[in-house]
This record gives sequence, C-alpha cells and structure tokens, in this order.
Amino acid sequence: MAIRWGSYKVKGFYDELIRAAGKPRYASAALCEYLRNLSDREIEEYKVAAEMAIQLMGVTFTVYSEQEGSIDRAWPFDIIPRVIPKSDWMKIETGLKQRVVALNRFIDDLYHDQQIVKDGIFPASLLQNSVNFRKQCIGIDPPGRIWAHICGSDLVRDKDGTMYVLEDNLRVPSGVSYMLENRLIMKRVFTELFENLNILPVDDYPSQLFDMLVALSPRAIEKPEIVVLTPGIYNSAYFEHAYLAQQMGAELVEGRDLMVDKDDCVYMLTVEGLSRVDVIYRRVDDMFLDPEVFNPESTLGVAGLMRAWKAGNVALANAPGSGVADDKVVYSYVPEIIRYYLNEEPQIGNVPTYKCINSEEREYVLEHIAELVIKPANESGGYGMLIGPQATQKEREHFRKLIRKDPRNYIGQPLLTLSTAPTLVGNRVEPRHLDLRPFILSGPDSVQVTTGGLTRVALRKGSTVVNSSQGGGSKDTWIVDDEDL
Amino acid sequence: MLSRVAENIYWMARYIERTENTARLIMVNTNLLLDLPKACQLGWQPIIEILGCEAHYLENNQDYDERTVLKYLISDTSGANSIYNSLRQAKENARTIRDIIPREAWESINNLFNTAKSSVQSGYGRKGRYQYMQNIILGTQAITGLLSGTMLHDMGYDFLKMGRNLERADMTTRIIDVRSADLLPEYEEMTPFDNIQWMSVLKSLSGYQMYRRNMQERVSRPFVLRFLLKEKKFPRSFFHSLLEVKYCLKHLPRNEEAIELLNVVGKKVLRADQAILQQDELHRFIDELQLGLADIHQVISGTYFRHPAMG
Repeated sequence: MAIRWGSYKVKGFYDELIRAAGKPRYASAALCEYLRNLSDREIEEYKVAAEMAIQLMGVTFTVYSEQEGSIDRAWPFDIIPRVIPKSDWMKIETGLKQRVVALNRFIDDLYHDQQIVKDGIFPASLLQNSVNFRKQCIGIDPPGRIWAHICGSDLVRDKDGTMYVLEDNLRVPSGVSYMLENRLIMKRVFTELFENLNILPVDDYPSQLFDMLVALSPRAIEKPEIVVLTPGIYNSAYFEHAYLAQQMGAELVEGRDLMVDKDDCVYMLTVEGLSRVDVIYRRVDDMFLDPEVFNPESTLGVAGLMRAWKAGNVALANAPGSGVADDKVVYSYVPEIIRYYLNEEPQIGNVPTYKCINSEEREYVLEHIAELVIKPANESGGYGMLIGPQATQKEREHFRKLIRKDPRNYIGQPLLTLSTAPTLVGNRVEPRHLDLRPFILSGPDSVQVTTGGLTRVALRKGSTVVNSSQGGGSKDTWIVDDEDL
Repeated sequence: MLSRVAENIYWMARYIERTENTARLIMVNTNLLLDLPKACQLGWQPIIEILGCEAHYLENNQDYDERTVLKYLISDTSGANSIYNSLRQAKENARTIRDIIPREAWESINNLFNTAKSSVQSGYGRKGRYQYMQNIILGTQAITGLLSGTMLHDMGYDFLKMGRNLERADMTTRIIDVRSADLLPEYEEMTPFDNIQWMSVLKSLSGYQMYRRNMQERVSRPFVLRFLLKEKKFPRSFFHSLLEVKYCLKHLPRNEEAIELLNVVGKKVLRADQAILQQDELHRFIDELQLGLADIHQVISGTYFRHPAMG
C-alpha cells in the first residue's frame, strides 16, 4: 500500500481532498479509498499510462528558449484529480455568470456612454491610462452587445476554504483544451472510478463554443463559416487552437489565409478560390489583429479586419477592446461594477485588493510590502510580480520605486495560503498548491460555465506559481454529484 | 478547403512517402551488398546519388563508408532527406493540419517520429538495421492505411494522394536512373549478378513478387523497366502514380492545365520502348520524366496553393 492518508499533512492549509489527517472529505471519500488500495506497482502503471497517453495525444505547450528555439513540451499532469462537490460548484457557477454579465455590461458602457465614469463609480483617470482601452472600438455595437464571449477566470481557495476570484482573463484565455484532454486521459487510466462515481462530464464545451459562435454570425444562413484565427504553430497555445478548431469542425486559419476585399467582407483563400468568413474566434491579441489600425508591423493579423468588423460583416470573439476589463486594477473594481450594473451583491468574492491609485491604499501597500503580493496591471503568466514575504530587501525597494512612479499600474494583495491537493511525488502523495480556471461562454442568448475547469498545480514543493511556463502542471477536475453519494 | 491546409497535407504525404522510400532503399542495398561478390562491391554512393544529395553529403563527409552514409541517411538534421528530417517535416506539416487529419493518424505520425528518433542508433549497424527499417516502413504504411481508412475522402485526401504519388513517381525514376546507369556497363558479363541487381531494383519498390505474378517473365532489364515505368496495375509504377494524380485532379476545380500536363507526361512514358533498350537514351528519358513531374508540381502549387490577390 503506497498512499497512506494518515501521514498526509494538511495542517495550515485547506486541502481539497483531505479534511484532517486520515479523513477524506465527503465527496472525495470514494476516490481516496480507491487510491489507498493501490499498490506501488499499480500507481507506477497508472502514471506511465497517463504519460503514454499524453505523448501519444501530442498534448503539448510551446516554450521558447534562446538555445533551442521553440520546442514542444508535454505539460506535466498529475493523475490524482481534484474533487469539488456539485452543490458547492453550483454556487460558484452562479457567481461566475453574474460576474461576466456585469463585466460585459461594463465593457459595453466604456465604449458608449461611460455612464459608470459619469456616475463616479469608476475613475476617469484609470480609463485614460488603460493600455487595453481601444478608442477604435468606441461606438461599436457587437451582436447582443457582448464583448467578452470567452472568459477564463482564475479561482483560488484560501486556508479557511473561501473561494476567491484572483483574476479574469478576457483577452484570449487559454487552457480549456487541457481541461478536455485531462479528462480523456483520466478516463483511459481510471476507468473503474468513472463507472462507479457520478462525475459530471466536461466534453460539451466544444459544441457550446460552436453554438455560441454561430449565434454571432452576421449572415442569417444555415451554415455560417466559423474560423479559429491562430498566430501559428509557434504560439504557446497553438495546440489548443488546433484542438478547438478540430473539435468544432471549424477551419483553423492564420492571418495569411484571410483577406478583406473591397466590399469590407472577410474572405479566406481556399483551393476553390476566395470564400466568405462570418465569425472569427481569434486567438491573436488586439494589437496584432489589423495592421491598418493597430501594430502596422503585424504579420499575424489581417489588413482591414477592423473595417469589416465595424461594418458588421464579420463577428470577432472576443471583441477587440475586451481587454479593458482584463486588468488587475479594473479587477479591484469588479464588486462595485457588479453592484452598479446588476444591483446585486457579488456571489463570489475578489481577493482583498489594495489599489495603489488611491493614496491611502498606496501608503498601506508601501508600508506592508513585505506581507503583500504586488502585481502589475497588465502582465499575465505570473511575470513582473513581487511576492513580498519571499522577496529580498532590494527587490522590495525596487517595487516601492515602481509603485511610486506609476501607482495606477499596481495593486497589492495579501498573500493567500492557496489550498492544496494530494499530488504524486514519486510513489507517495504530498500536498501541492493549486488554483482553478473555469471558462465562461457568453453569447447573445445565454451564459454557460464549464463543469469545473482547468486545475493548475504548482509542482515544486511550497510554490504557489501554477503557470505552465514556470513549473506548473495540471490535474483533472471532478465535479462530483454529492446528492448521489 | 484552405489553400495552406491543402499544401500542408500535400507535403505531409510527400514526406511520409519519402521516409518510406528511403528506408526501402537502405534495406535493399544492405541486402544487395550481402549478395554481391566482394570484387564488385557497389557500396553506398549510389544511394546518396539516388537521393540527389551528393553535394550536401560531401560538405561534411569525405567518403562513402557504410556507417557514415547510414548515419547521414537516418539521422542527419542539416537539411538532407534523411529519415529523421522527412519524418520531422511530415510531423510539422501534420501538426498544422491537426483539425483535418484524424487524431489517430496524428498520434501515429508523432509516435513514429518519436520511436525513429529514440532508436536511431540501432539503424547504423547491420545488426539492428533490418528491424529499424522494417519498423519505419510498417509505420509509414500504417499511417497511410489509417489515413485511407479514417480520413474523409474529400479534397484534402486528393491532395494527400497527389503528394504521395508524385513523390512515389519521383522515387521510382530516381531508382531506375541511378541503378541502371551505375550497375550495368561495368559488370555486363556477370549475368547472375546482373539479375540480382535488377531484382534488387524491384525489391526496393516491393515489386519483385508482383513482377513475377504480372509479367511471368524472368527478371531482366527491358521487362523490369517496362513493368516499373508503364504497368498500370502496379501501384509503384510511374504510370500508375500519374493515373492516381489525374484521378484526384478530376475532383478538383480549375484542373485543366494540370491534367493537360499529366496527359503529355503520360503519353511520353507509354512510348518509352526505345529508351528502355539503350542506356544513354534511358538517362535522358528519365530526366525528361523528372522535369515533367517538377512541372506538374509547379502547376498544382500555382493553381491551388497561391493566389494573386494575396501576398
């Protein structure tokens, strides 16, 4: 017997599977019992089977390194799943829907009347300095006035078990393909558990995504042409672009496959000749979308795309300019944003956040920098941040200077003690910190949330950095029907 | 179908076919060397010539000793048509069209590349070579079979088959050219070995048994050449490959120019009798066929993969 829950340490953390030494949580009891009965050899076999599956399926992400250029790496996968009872999940789901509905109202408002600024809820200065506000989008009405069609929100759980939203990714969030692949791997490996437990399926996502995109089509035709626009095979998320296109039966295109003709419609070059495109699920950043309007050097985009979009001849998901709400300072206003547009209390909270733009909060941050995590407004992937308690005196001083120089660009948050889950280390289990990224789809008619999401786990002992580029891995996420148990 | 996708499918198929052909060549040459008397050892230079990479080979290597050539043919990464490179190119092309080819096919290509790469050492020496090459050939055949059995037989599949057959036709002409030019004149009196060599030509195209069944003739130069160039029913003959390409083109729009060109090359090969008998003539004739293939490739590429309205 390799896994002994009695010696698994949960002290000081909220553990997703284990309540107290030797005592699994209600919804994970069957899983833990199953794992406890595995021999060393079986565990090894399952690990190898999962690794083989990853190799075989070619599940990779691309990393750049100066020596080797771009290379594909298999993303480390831990075979012990993370379990969330369905009753808990339903509450989280409601909270996420509420949040994204409010964010879409907010974005639409910013590109029209800016009522929220006029009403003094959101500071005008923040908007002026926002690097993701696109004045080219002012006055545009995308279908259903939805801007952020696909949102990936990162959730973390603190040591008391409370779930918080850590950030919202409204530009081109990635990771959903790993969520889908992880499930496939688990079904290959842990077949018996799927037979005996009521684990809610996740594989609906590609069809939901497809239906949502179809609903955006400017032409009311039976089969609108949907394409996925990728920067190409050297993008770190290329695997996902190809995967989603394949799962939806949509064309995977690059900028060079598309052109905007004199009629302001988008066409793709096919072996038959040019063919009209209706909806573009774009995985290219705003700035590279259209060299006529944004970065003129871009070869990833399509000249004239913004023209076609403004004319209503093509739908773009996410709409350009959605990133304005994907900013760690804007994030700190989300509770107010929800109250303002929906007249409701947020159902799922933000991590307490100090906005350096407010002088009082800034002073607090400067003073308590050693206890806080400092994040720049517009970085992702865990880059450019300071983890106060782990930083040196010199690093802290450096960040104090940065904050004083550009307060609008920084927020401070207490260092949460992220929850843990048992993770295989050799043939034993040890707690490792994790987060959760669910994906929220917003179309003109409905809002849908993935069942669970992508669980990312920091594989290094004690680390809380879960990003794939920095030593993170992933786990399958099980939403287990607890009424059934 | 996107032009870029069609082009990637086409090249994926070409590189898979090239992988297989290279492995076949290596295997047959290995066997041939065992059969021929020490006095007329041919070595490995002809194989480098068949693949048209003498210049590149000689940049980094001085002579044609077996291990050096094998290393080059199996694992050279610097741009030659080595098995490693062909598979890598096949994989890279497949990677960009994962939304088109069935998942199992992608997995097999990926898998074959990984295995070929990890066991590359075993192909250098004679001991493990047979197994290594056999794995490559069976691996590529499995991919071909998977694609034929699971991929939509739509336009994409037509581009796949065109790529495969043009590559195959090209390799058939190369083998004929180098083998016939190189082997015969010097050893004309050595009839038993002459036959062995022509048998090896057939075998490198897996055509020996089929030749026997189809021709019911002894193995000899004119019959072998006729079989490899003109036999409609043999899937690795030049003419058969052309017919396959033509058949695919018929499903495609704007096919007039390409089909016309195919007809010209096709008629040429059917009138090959004179050339088959004379060595000098044959060499020139094969050159013409190869130019014909290059032209067909150009027309297909210009018609389907490029567009004047785009850069």
